[in-house]
Amino acid sequence: MAEKVTKQKGAITLSNGQTFVPKKKSTWQYMVQHKWLYILLLPGFIYFIMFRYIPMGGLVIAFKEYSPFKGIWGSPWVGFDQFAKFFSNNDFGRLLYNTLGISLLQLVLYFPAPIILSLFLNEVRHNGYKRVVQTLVYIPHFVSWVIVASLTYQLFNVGDGIFNVIYKAISGGQTFDILQKSSTFWGLIVGQDIWRETGYGTIVFLAALAGVDQELYEAARVDGAGRWRLMWHITLPAIRGTIIMMLIMRVGGILNTGYEQIFLMRNDLNLVRAEVFDTYIYTKGIRAGQYSFSSAAGMFKSVVGMILVLASDKVAKLFGESGLY
Amino acid sequence: MARDHKVREGAKVRKSTGDRIVDVIIYVVLGLIALSTVLPFLYVFAGSFATEKELTEKAFFIIPSQWSINAYRYAIETANILRGLRNSICITVLGTVSCMVFSLTFAYPLSKGHFRGRNWLMNMVIFTMLFGGGMIPTYLVIQAYGLLDSWWALVLPGAISPFNMIIIKKFFQGLPVELDEASYMDGANDLQIFTKVALPLSKPVIASVSLFYGVGFWNDYFNAMIYLSSPEKFPIQIQLRSIILLSSKIADTALDYDMMGAPPDKAVKMACTVIATLPILIVYPFVQKHFTKGVMVGAVKG
Repeated sequence: MAEKVTKQKGAITLSNGQTFVPKKKSTWQYMVQHKWLYILLLPGFIYFIMFRYIPMGGLVIAFKEYSPFKGIWGSPWVGFDQFAKFFSNNDFGRLLYNTLGISLLQLVLYFPAPIILSLFLNEVRHNGYKRVVQTLVYIPHFVSWVIVASLTYQLFNVGDGIFNVIYKAISGGQTFDILQKSSTFWGLIVGQDIWRETGYGTIVFLAALAGVDQELYEAARVDGAGRWRLMWHITLPAIRGTIIMMLIMRVGGILNTGYEQIFLMRNDLNLVRAEVFDTYIYTKGIRAGQYSFSSAAGMFKSVVGMILVLASDKVAKLFGESGLY
Repeated sequence: MARDHKVREGAKVRKSTGDRIVDVIIYVVLGLIALSTVLPFLYVFAGSFATEKELTEKAFFIIPSQWSINAYRYAIETANILRGLRNSICITVLGTVSCMVFSLTFAYPLSKGHFRGRNWLMNMVIFTMLFGGGMIPTYLVIQAYGLLDSWWALVLPGAISPFNMIIIKKFFQGLPVELDEASYMDGANDLQIFTKVALPLSKPVIASVSLFYGVGFWNDYFNAMIYLSSPEKFPIQIQLRSIILLSSKIADTALDYDMMGAPPDKAVKMACTVIATLPILIVYPFVQKHFTKGVMVGAVKG
């Protein structure tokens, strides 16, 4: 504190007689003087060790044949056997296909949705209308996946869902079971994502747009620019950085397809297209007790995820964006 | 806002017919999008108060012609939904308070520019945002700590979200340094400055981050499913999942609920959905401005 403001070398004496000697204090003296800061930090520090770093250490079981009776240290080492088993498994190709399929569909359909909605909202000059629309479209983000899944079942089930009632009337008695078909599963998941997150996703883009000087628009209009030119030359450049930042995060999380949601929507009939890495790890690990095997699968996912985040961050920096880290 | 007004009037003068048509389209499309987010809620809300007869006869309605609370009576008496509601409230309060205590106390020292060990600790936090042990090792660790089938298993593993902690830290960094200096002059120690100066000034960030944590706990079902085994500890999301998703698979096959003398199955599901959604919708208007602020603070990197 003191050293920052005065920037003078030598001792500074406070009114209570305490003396500071900036930049010459030893770490020990500093720690004694600011002991409360270290005490405050302690619970959080213990948390990070106990619940973040010890589980990371627990990943050693991916290199062992873990048995609950022998414990982590008593179980025998098997090297990369679990990984070999995972990659050579028939399931691996299917998991990768489903995970990438859902992610790419999200990237194409769900990623642009908030950007488009923000551009629309940006065109609205009536503040009251804008605020009402914003308030309503944020709501779905705050309800749980269980509720989203419940609403989906109630609207789309074959028995009495409104969707099938209408479909029956149009097609003359036929039904269309979106919920129990493998071919519609990806679309169902991405559709839920779009419904739940599009509104909330506009917040960051609208925040970037709020910083745009309105006189820019006015000047461009005076120069005869129409609506599309304003959007192309002023609005889009204003959110370019934000779009790239969100894209980095999206690409970095390409293996995270959100297991809560998928777990709720999958059933025996659509399982072929519904099994992704996260649901597989849960089923094999916690349900079937193959702890080492599913830890290896989880570790593969974490490592690839980390590489993807760091790589896309590098790419963004190459293009002159500020990146995430 | 005044400037905005000027632009709007200036634009009005030159607006062509084509421009006006585009405007109308934009307003209509936005209206439809907004409607599509609320219609499912309104439909379920109306259905939960409707009679079975109306539910089978009419495909869609927003106001039931005859109001009935039978579905709620059934949900409360038979499905034990109030127990889940109470558990969820307890978990949310316990979780949010613990998370805030951990996050605030951890973020405060890190917000001090002079704090020694700051960079080292921040790197430790940021690394956990990039890499983690994953589901299985975390589960085994929780098991080893003896936390299985306890609410603490839902609370402690996520006690500090690095993202939320960084939001709080940024807020603390924005407080004037002079406050610290003045307090040191008055003989206050760091703990006193934290509790008597920093915290009272941090109400906005405390509100928005509490909201983030609170909504997360209220909505969580996956952790509860993994870690809890006694039904009397289940939160409402687990109950809702079994009432709606599991029963709908049975209902689709053969079981006839009327033969068993049970009230309308559809209305009960709707009533349970409403009971689980309502708490979120009740707090939503009060906290809306806080979360927008919170998201924006988090979006600015630093």
